Amino acid sequence: MARSVTPQRKALNTAAAWAIGLLIFFPILWTIITSFKTEAQAISDPPVFLFFDWTLENYGAVMERSNYGRFLWNSIIIAGGSTLLGVIIAVPAAWSMAFVPSNRTKDILLWMLSTKMLPAVGVLYPMYLIFIKFGLLDSRTGLVIVLMLINLPIIVWMLYTYFREIPGEILEAARMDGATLKSEIIYILTPMAIPGIASTMLLNFILAWNEAFWTLNLTAAKAAPLTAFIASYSSPEGLFYAKLSAASTIAIAPILILGWFSQKQLVRGLTFGAVK
Amino acid sequence: MSLRNALGAATALSLIAAGGVFAETLTIATVNNGDMIRMQGLTADFTEKTGHEVEWVTLEENVLRQRVTTDITTKGGSFDIMTIGMYETPIWGKNGWLVPLDDLSAEYDAADILPAMAGGLSYEGTLFAAPFYGESSMVMYRTDLMQAAGMEMPKAPTWEFIRDAAAAMTDREKEINGICLRGKAGWGEGGAFITAMSNSFGARWFDMEWNAQFDTEAWANTLNFYKDMMDASGPSGYATNGFNENLSLFNQGKCGMWIDATVAASFVTGKDSTVADHVGFALAPDNGLGKRSNWLWAWALAIPAGTQKEAAAKQFIEWATGTGYIELVAANEGWANVPPGARTSLYENPDYQKVPFAQMTLDSILSADPNNSTVEESPYVGVQFAAIPEFAGIATDVSQEFSAAYAGQQTVEEALAKAQALTNDAMEAAGYK
Repeated sequence: MARSVTPQRKALNTAAAWAIGLLIFFPILWTIITSFKTEAQAISDPPVFLFFDWTLENYGAVMERSNYGRFLWNSIIIAGGSTLLGVIIAVPAAWSMAFVPSNRTKDILLWMLSTKMLPAVGVLYPMYLIFIKFGLLDSRTGLVIVLMLINLPIIVWMLYTYFREIPGEILEAARMDGATLKSEIIYILTPMAIPGIASTMLLNFILAWNEAFWTLNLTAAKAAPLTAFIASYSSPEGLFYAKLSAASTIAIAPILILGWFSQKQLVRGLTFGAVK
Repeated sequence: MSLRNALGAATALSLIAAGGVFAETLTIATVNNGDMIRMQGLTADFTEKTGHEVEWVTLEENVLRQRVTTDITTKGGSFDIMTIGMYETPIWGKNGWLVPLDDLSAEYDAADILPAMAGGLSYEGTLFAAPFYGESSMVMYRTDLMQAAGMEMPKAPTWEFIRDAAAAMTDREKEINGICLRGKAGWGEGGAFITAMSNSFGARWFDMEWNAQFDTEAWANTLNFYKDMMDASGPSGYATNGFNENLSLFNQGKCGMWIDATVAASFVTGKDSTVADHVGFALAPDNGLGKRSNWLWAWALAIPAGTQKEAAAKQFIEWATGTGYIELVAANEGWANVPPGARTSLYENPDYQKVPFAQMTLDSILSADPNNSTVEESPYVGVQFAAIPEFAGIATDVSQEFSAAYAGQQTVEEALAKAQALTNDAMEAAGYK
């Protein structure tokens, strides 16, 4: 039976949710506001919040100095490519773990996740040497492979969780009707798991978009994505906070918009299987 | 062969004969600061003169350092030119990682490079990086506040004068701090400042057997003087302030004095400063021991060994660090915006002599000697650093201990004891002892 909630309690909960939401969003909001200030206003103390002469000069300076389109295109290719490749590999892997588990399945899942615990810098030099050997430095292909490998444990874990919710009997019935393994995965399992796959892809796209260690260390001029674009505006010797904020705003804008429109799917995907 | 092809071939041959190289695309790694960004905006002039295109990879200083170090140690070949500093150049030159710049053209006039800069960017007399701009450190102070305090800044002040002036100018009610100094952890932030300051107090990092020297009276005097002065006259939270934080405070009129990089002079007198009309300059302070507390640094352009585009890279370096570039900037953006501190001829130019901070910058650079930076003899080269590969890691750890002392999390004595132990451990592990 659902618990009854008083109007006062409901209003309190709503206010608390808004307060927490605003608190979490505040750094992004402040970055966006700062991007419309002059450099002098950006560092003023006490800080100015809304009442100042809003200017677009930082956006003009950033667009004039940098080839934003190229950085954006690289981000889309790298994040999209690594997500797509990851899902192609993870779907069969998660299928086998969910429907044909062995005694070691749990261990393998944990082992896969444990690779996320290794500090990235610990394998920078070996990875760099491999990239040199295969001519992958400063290439989108190289980054697609690396980011796919980094996010693969999460993709497999998430898909495994979704697949476990699908009754095995449906797949058995398909087999009895003569479906091959390939048909079973492509025509039976995947359509039923579309919401889960979509939310997994969304989350991993965001993770790949925001990745800032490998994308900075394995690129130079050609394959650098938006993380490198932001890094080019950071400076320990010179006050360029307003320009840095403008660069950050246009770098996060595409992913913010994507997240806004897909928030229902994201929440549904992340909470899938949490309540039974 | 058609006439068009013949003409094309002739043009190509004449280009090769004139420039000695095909048109290339150079990839250049650089830092994000005003002078470097200005250079990027003027690159079309280089392309017009040589036919070479340029692709820039601009990164934050610490990211750049990690990025180019990874590339050069693995011979990755990502960059044709790297922007590096005085710390890396002699180490990388010694390891054979950089192309020697001892065959630049006569028009380039390498002898015009300021001797202090050329010395710091060479290894065993061979130049391995050409200075784009050079800097030292100096005192920037508010002339109006100094006058109101009834004091007059000498051209070459002592630390005692600086402490007394800071106390006199401090007005907590008006949010004016007598002095703003770096305290932030990091070998290039607070670590650089306190090391340069320690030189004037007679301290050094190592004795001639590479033993750490933090257990000496000179280091205790340095740290105690710094902390006492900053506690009395510095801004709150100074333990986490670096260049940018202090620049922000100074530009808002909240610092009586600021001792930092000479390149800051153009910022504090620029359009974003609220005190631009009331700024004076003086040499970094001393203690009467023969060494001042100013540092020496240069951002320089170097060519990694193994690049396939060495000839074109040298052409770029000659363009960017030559006298022609200085004139190009002056013509486009005025003399106050030319890259300072690299060439003797710049300071002989009557137009540049009119820039208010020009002479003080030159005097500061000339008073720093990276080969003889300490009162007592030391085994290392460098003013605010020791040019050994292990220094960056050790100095970052040491500066964290110092910052913790500034913040009151431990005493100065505890910080020095920890610095002594960790430095000796690291030097022993590295095989120096």
